[in-house]
Order: sequence, then C-alpha cells, then structure tokens
Amino acid sequence: MAALLRVDDLYKDFAGLKVLKGVSMTLERGHKTAIIGPSGCGKSTLLRCINYMETPTAGHIHLDGELFGETQNGGKYQRMSEKQLARQRSQVGMVFQGFYLWPHLNARDNVAIAPMKVRGMEKRAAYELADAMLEKVHMSHKRDEFPERLSGGQQQRVAIARALAQQPKLMLFDEPTSALDPELVGEVLKVIQELAAEGISMVLVTHEVRFARQVADHVIFLGDGVVVEEGAPDQVIGAPKHERLRSFLKQILEH
Amino acid sequence: MISDLASFFATYEENWASWWPQLLPAIWVTIKLTAASFLLALAIGFLLALGKLSRNRLLRAFATGYVELARGIPALAILFILYFGLLPVGIVLDAFVAGFIGLGMSGGGYFAEVFRAGILAVHKGQREAAASVGMTPFTSFRWIILPQAMRVILPPMMNLFISLLKDTSLCSLITAPELMLRAKDLAMMSFLPMHLFVLAGALYFLLAWPMSLLARHFERRMRRGYRAG
Ligand SMILES: Nc1ncnc2c1ncn2[C@@H]1O[C@H](COP(=O)(O)OP(=O)(O)OP(=O)(O)O)[C@@H](O)[C@H]1O
Ligand SMILES: [Mg+2]
Repeated sequence: MAALLRVDDLYKDFAGLKVLKGVSMTLERGHKTAIIGPSGCGKSTLLRCINYMETPTAGHIHLDGELFGETQNGGKYQRMSEKQLARQRSQVGMVFQGFYLWPHLNARDNVAIAPMKVRGMEKRAAYELADAMLEKVHMSHKRDEFPERLSGGQQQRVAIARALAQQPKLMLFDEPTSALDPELVGEVLKVIQELAAEGISMVLVTHEVRFARQVADHVIFLGDGVVVEEGAPDQVIGAPKHERLRSFLKQILEH
Repeated sequence: MISDLASFFATYEENWASWWPQLLPAIWVTIKLTAASFLLALAIGFLLALGKLSRNRLLRAFATGYVELARGIPALAILFILYFGLLPVGIVLDAFVAGFIGLGMSGGGYFAEVFRAGILAVHKGQREAAASVGMTPFTSFRWIILPQAMRVILPPMMNLFISLLKDTSLCSLITAPELMLRAKDLAMMSFLPMHLFVLAGALYFLLAWPMSLLARHFERRMRRGYRAG
C-alpha cells in the first residue's frame, strides 16, 4: 500500500526568493514526523504546500496514493479547481500557530460548522460530533464560550478539535505552542500527545525539541530549504551528525 | 419676539389639515425611493467590491473605474442623464425609476468601498482556517468572512443609508413626487417657504434620526467586541 503522504522534490519560490529547494519526505499511516529548524528555513512553507495553501513551484504531493492539489493529464500537471481542492483539503487537518478560531462563533460552532457546511451534516449530528471532539481536547466545559473569552491554550485546543472534526487522514501542526505563554504550553502538548498515542498520523513543526523527541518517530531537520538531516529522534536530536544541527539544538536547548 | 414665534407655529396649525394629506404620500414616496436605491446601491456595491478584490484583472479594472466615476460625478448629473438625457434616444423613464436607479448607481460606488474595507479587515488567517477545513471559497465567504466583515461594514453602511435618504431630495429636480417636491409646491402655493422648508427639514430629520441611533448602537457593539454580540 502507498504511503499516507509522499512529498516529492518540492520547490517553492516567493517572487524569486527560493524558500524550498527540493524537499522530499514520506509518512506512513499512524506515523508522526516532527520538523525542526531555524526560523525562516521554510518549515511553515513546507507544511502549507502539503495542503496546497501555497502552490509549490515544482514537485508533487500524494495523499493516500492520490495526487494532491493537481490533476494530471498525460504528462501535464494542472492545479485543480478550488472546489476539488476543498474536497481534498477536508482530508487534512491543520493547526496554526495563531489558532485562527472564528471569533463570531462559539467553541462548539467553531467545531461543528465545517461538518455542517462542508459535509452537509445535520445540526444535531454535527453538534454531537463537535461535543465528542471538544471532549477529546478537554474543552467540553467551555463549549458555549466565544474564542475571545478563552485563553490561548484553550483556543488552540478548540482549534485542534475543529481540525479533528474533519476526521482527517493527516494532521498538520505548525508550531502549535509558539504563540502561547509558557504556562499554557503543557496543556496543548498533552492533547497532541494523546492524539499521537491514538495513532493519528501527523506532521508537526515545532520548536519544542524535547517534545518532538517524545512523540515523533521521525525527525527532519530543515535548514535553508533543504533536508539537512533526518532519522529517528534519538539519533537526530540525541546524536546529531551535522554541525548546523548541533549548534541549532544547542541554542534551542539553552533556552 | 415670543409672539412672532407663537404666530409662526400658529400658521402650522391653521394649514396642517391641508398640508398633511399632501405631505404624507410624499413621505411614503421618499421612504420607497430610499429603500429601492439603498437595495440597488447595496447590490452594486457588493458586486463591485467582489470585482475589486477579484483576481481577474479585467473585473478589477472595471470595478475600480466604476467607483472612481461614481465618486466623481454628482448624483444630480446622473439623475438628469437618466431622466432627461435618455429622452432623445427614446428611453422614457418614470421619475421614480430614474431616481432610484440614479441614486443606486451613484451610491453603489460608495458602498463598494465600504464592503471592500470590511472584507479586507478580516485577517487572512481566518480565510486560511476556513480553507483548511475544506470550505470552498464561497462557503468560506458566506459563513466565515462575511459575518465578520459585516460588523465592520454595518456602521458606515448605516451612515451611507442616511446620506441616501437625504439625497432622495435631489429627485425633486426630476419631478419625482417625493417630500421635497411636495414641500416646494406647497411653499409656492401658500407663499410660506420658510414654514414648508423647515417642516420638510424636520421630517427628513425624523426619518434619519432612528437610523443614526441604530448606527451608533452598532458602532458601540463593534467596539465592545464579539462577546457582547
Ligand atoms: N507569502 C510569502 N511571500 C513572500 N515570502 C514569504 C511568504 N511566506 C514565507 N515567505 C518567506 O519564506 C521564508 C520561509 O518562511 P517560513 O514561514 O516557511 O519559515 P519558517 O521556517 O516557518 O520560520 P518560523 O520558524 O519563523 O515560523 C521566509 O524568508 C519568509 O519571509
Ligand atoms: Mg513558521
């Protein structure tokens, strides 16, 4: 069976600025890959290319054996229509550094609206699903609150529930705890760890190197748009080979 | 002085029975003109805003050109063009129809800017989050972007509504049977211009006042943020 996610030789330029310069990776079902690397090296860009939030300059994505974001006609690739793309994106959950909960909807509606408007679920069923997802992230007690009244950690947990409600094949996390006060980081990491233990497939961009070592089964060190080093967490984080990775880890672990 | 004032008001009392039956239908026409031109301006403004924000260069150029023209040309000129200017080419528009189309076309340019600003005020992360859960651009716009944009749009929109209400008085110049035209007719017949134009002003004010209260209510609610809503 094909890998859940396959990224082939991905390039991304922004108006001449080369951000990704040939990145490849694969993720098997139920596996967790952590991506680490210095600021500006292209981690977010890679993640955003995976669900076609950014259109890669070159290279292709396959999800579950299916070409993602493009259609292939003979040897020619073409970006798919927004409608088709939306259908594919609903298979991939994304959690942002800035949460981006919808402020005009309470926690429950934030989670329930996509099941209703994307999948056409009935309100009752969607609320049941939303309640179950909020339970998973330990936010049931706040389901009627609006985002403005939630702490950063609580908002991020609701955002995770929102992504889970898609029942995605793959979860993408882009520095989910970087915008949080230190005392709120733990509650979000705990939820992510629980999801990992459940066997949810994920790609996680994070500065929490210790956490990455705990939950990931594979770590990629991205430097300047290329994979500099990758492998098992104990090897990449515990026994780094490249000098760049060593100094990066040293710098990050000192904080 | 006081007796002057008393006699000023006494004149209203004397004439009220003959004035009011003529003014009331005119007020009704003013309200209908306002409502019709508001709806048209809303529709035009909405489409223009989408045009200005579109990725299509042609649409963008058209919308931008329209907005510039609509803002630079006096509404009265548009009314005259529609009502008198089209006569030689055989198009005869009813004064009411010419009035609401002209005001709607002119107002649409202003509404476009209000809509555009409101839509742009929504953080791009909001749209990305919607895309990430599989919403199509339309679904995202309808359920995520527009509801948030409306909070920004509502207060200036109410203000434009009030301007539009007052601008309907321009339609008196193309003989739409609205409040200002009736007031002017009565003023000429009764030789009491001061009385009638003060009265007309007061009536416009009474129509506009609830709207500006509502606008201020929305402004306050917006400043209080989402929780209050
Ligand atoms: N939409 C864009 N337009 C132009 N340049 C961009 C855009 N998005 C990202 N970049 C640039 O691409 C480079 C990589 O950005 P990216 O956000 O992927 O880095 P990152 O590794 O996620 O960094 P951080 O750890 O700070 O989040 C940066 O130089 C950034 O300025
Ligand atoms: Mg980033």
